[in-house]
Amino acid sequence: MFHTMFSRSLYQLQKLSRRNDLSLHNSSTKFKHAVLAAFQPILHTRPYANNPQPAASASSVDQAELAKFAAIAESWWDAEGPFKPLHVMNPTRLTFIRSTLCRHFGKDPFSARPFEGLKFIDVGCGGGILSEPLARMGASVTGIDAVEKNIKIAQVHADLDPVASSIEYRCTTAENLVEEQMKFDAVLALEVIEHVANPAGFCKSLSALTVPNGATIVSTINRSMRAYATAIIAAEYILHWLPKGTHQWSSFLTPEELVLTLQRASISVEEMAGFAYDPLTGQWSLTDDIGVNFIAFGIKKQ
Amino acid sequence: MQSRFASGKPEKKGVPLSSFTNYSLARSLNTRGDMSRLIATRRLASNFFVSKLATRTFCNDAPAKLSTVPHSSQSNKELEDEQGFTNDVPQYDIAIVGGGMVGMALACSIASMPLTKQLSIAIIDSNPALTNGSSIKKDDPPDPRVSTVTPATISLFKGIGAWQYVEQHRHAYFDRMQVWDYTGFGYTRYNARDADKDVLGCVVENKVLHKSLLSCLQNKDFKKTIYPTRLLSMSLPTRSSVSAAGASQSSTSTKSLANLAKLELSDGTNLYAKLVVGADGSKSHVRELAGIKTTGWNYSQSAVICTVEHPAENFCAWQRFLPAGPIALLPIGDNFSNIVWTMSPKEASNHKIMNEDDFVKAVNHALDFGYGPHPESWVFGGNVLSSFFRPDVTSSANEGFELPPKVVKLASQRMAFPLSLMHANQYTSKRVVLIGDAAHTVHPLAGQGVNMGYGDVASLSNVIADGVAVGSDIGEVTLLKKYEADRKTANIAMMAVLDGFQKAYSVDFGPLNILRAAAFNGANVFAPLKKNIISYASGERRLPFLS
Repeated sequence: MFHTMFSRSLYQLQKLSRRNDLSLHNSSTKFKHAVLAAFQPILHTRPYANNPQPAASASSVDQAELAKFAAIAESWWDAEGPFKPLHVMNPTRLTFIRSTLCRHFGKDPFSARPFEGLKFIDVGCGGGILSEPLARMGASVTGIDAVEKNIKIAQVHADLDPVASSIEYRCTTAENLVEEQMKFDAVLALEVIEHVANPAGFCKSLSALTVPNGATIVSTINRSMRAYATAIIAAEYILHWLPKGTHQWSSFLTPEELVLTLQRASISVEEMAGFAYDPLTGQWSLTDDIGVNFIAFGIKKQ
Repeated sequence: MQSRFASGKPEKKGVPLSSFTNYSLARSLNTRGDMSRLIATRRLASNFFVSKLATRTFCNDAPAKLSTVPHSSQSNKELEDEQGFTNDVPQYDIAIVGGGMVGMALACSIASMPLTKQLSIAIIDSNPALTNGSSIKKDDPPDPRVSTVTPATISLFKGIGAWQYVEQHRHAYFDRMQVWDYTGFGYTRYNARDADKDVLGCVVENKVLHKSLLSCLQNKDFKKTIYPTRLLSMSLPTRSSVSAAGASQSSTSTKSLANLAKLELSDGTNLYAKLVVGADGSKSHVRELAGIKTTGWNYSQSAVICTVEHPAENFCAWQRFLPAGPIALLPIGDNFSNIVWTMSPKEASNHKIMNEDDFVKAVNHALDFGYGPHPESWVFGGNVLSSFFRPDVTSSANEGFELPPKVVKLASQRMAFPLSLMHANQYTSKRVVLIGDAAHTVHPLAGQGVNMGYGDVASLSNVIADGVAVGSDIGEVTLLKKYEADRKTANIAMMAVLDGFQKAYSVDFGPLNILRAAAFNGANVFAPLKKNIISYASGERRLPFLS
């Protein structure tokens, strides 16, 4: 069932990308398409590389094309724009990442660039909302996304900041990099695994990308009733934070399932935290409650 | 991106999150040699850049097209970036416009936190005191411009290492305060003991606070540049300009400039900054250039300020509400006190030019029997009230009304300035943030104005440190909004309290006078209320009476 759903959304996505009238300046529905594309980053069992490239190939990039992506990048990165929820949640995810990785790699938590000299990969990087802060924290970052448009958005935006422009963005999948035998000190896949058709295989790829004793960080949504009420009913249907159909409840993973899946991929989960949203302040914070959104930090076994 | 409505659980998961925001802990871990590490960092970054270019050429991504400039010139530009310069235009992380007390405090605060001390700062102010290195002589007569700093402000100064310099100069702690009014109906005495504190505050001349911050900054190993000039104009990145830059085929360093704020100074210098801080006072040029509107009104009142001398040292802060406005007598050390006397503009100009003996007489009159009798607590049944609340009766409630010490001599020139209230509708927009009087100007009543500014400094530097910790762009609105959310509520509440006081005393009407007296007596005898008021005025609690 998931396969058919995913095939359909993939099909829609490709159709969308093929259309050349993606002038995203003022149409809200088109923003939603951009959102949708960003939230469907990886299709594990059907690597994009095997499909004909939906977006324009590199050689045909012209000035108009570039201007178009620059405009999308601006709205993608607009903190008050359609991706506002992601921007608001981002510092909270990064707080967890910073504290666990500083401890794991023995880095000074009071340094402004603690990840100096470490190689990180952001799997499903979208517009680069996680990659850029990681680069500012000193890491040497590779950002990958299966959606070409996301990679372009990310690249255009990263070029606006000399520190972020050190990020290497590639339109590819985790398993392509496994084939290339790439290795990273830390592998991060945030809000991606729930969009993947084969989570077990995906975790194996994440593990294969991690150096022995390296770190893997995965975040997703719990398959709980509360998650259904908040992540789907509230976020998609009431608050319209996300386009309807962004998430399928049945493809969410419970923390136990995630731990087991990672365990089988030789990653032992060491620490977990939940995210709580305070509607009064509009801020997210870390909590013990992993009932809805949660993030897990694991270490690749030797 | 799912909402989970707060369950009220403590937000902790074995992660020392709070330690990132913990100001004092962060500070205590200052390490030396960070400069060298930083330089190494930058070299590494430029190396990465070169290797990235190499990877990009074989990775046939569209964006590879973006970097059409040859490698060598790119890395040259990166080398320039290392010194913070691109094409001879200096680039900074933060440009502070206005090097007054609040602006300097922000610079010191940023320089003293481990997460932020690597940031480069430009301070733009034409005040020669910033660069000429003059020192304050101990015997100089006290300056009439003083601040009553609260315990919260003192701990900020201690945290950034500036308080030790303040203590080398004239300053006066006070542990008691008496507030009364001209109707003779009520009075309140506050004692630091009521709130289990040692002091209620400290009165320091503004020039001492400023000089201390300057000394503190000079003794820090920190990248700062002082521009002794004025801000002429500012251009902020807009959506279209950034998109245009993103779409252009120019090099990364040129593009990155389009995403920064550009400042033009009156001496012809241009500079770029990720964040522009408007600390340039109530007539803020930054606020105007950023197009931030304000709300406010004039009080049709003026304040006369000066320094006076007593026969003996004064250790108490005194404030008496008179029909035209309050008169405050604040100890400033030695035998001196500072006077802040609010009155009508016409009266103010009279009091400014009248001969010194007449002025001293007028001050003594205003602090004694002038305009009405001394308050007697029995007038409002104070004894009945205090016996009723016996378990809660505070120590100072038993202290009787006292008369302030006589003024014998005027010790400085007199200054008069009109009073107004102003509040910026926003404290921030992309790459701009307002602090201190640029964001809010208040009635000088209770000496809260500058403390609100220091509160802004503490909040903003913590927000910036939190941003650096999680790799945020420090000029990003999402980040700066946290500062705004933190300070706006606190500042508006304080402004409302002060404005309310002002309004309550601008009417001389029988029933209202009794209400005021009731409030005074209530505050005097009811301990929890008193404790709350003191905590609030000390800057330790956000909203009064909601403990």
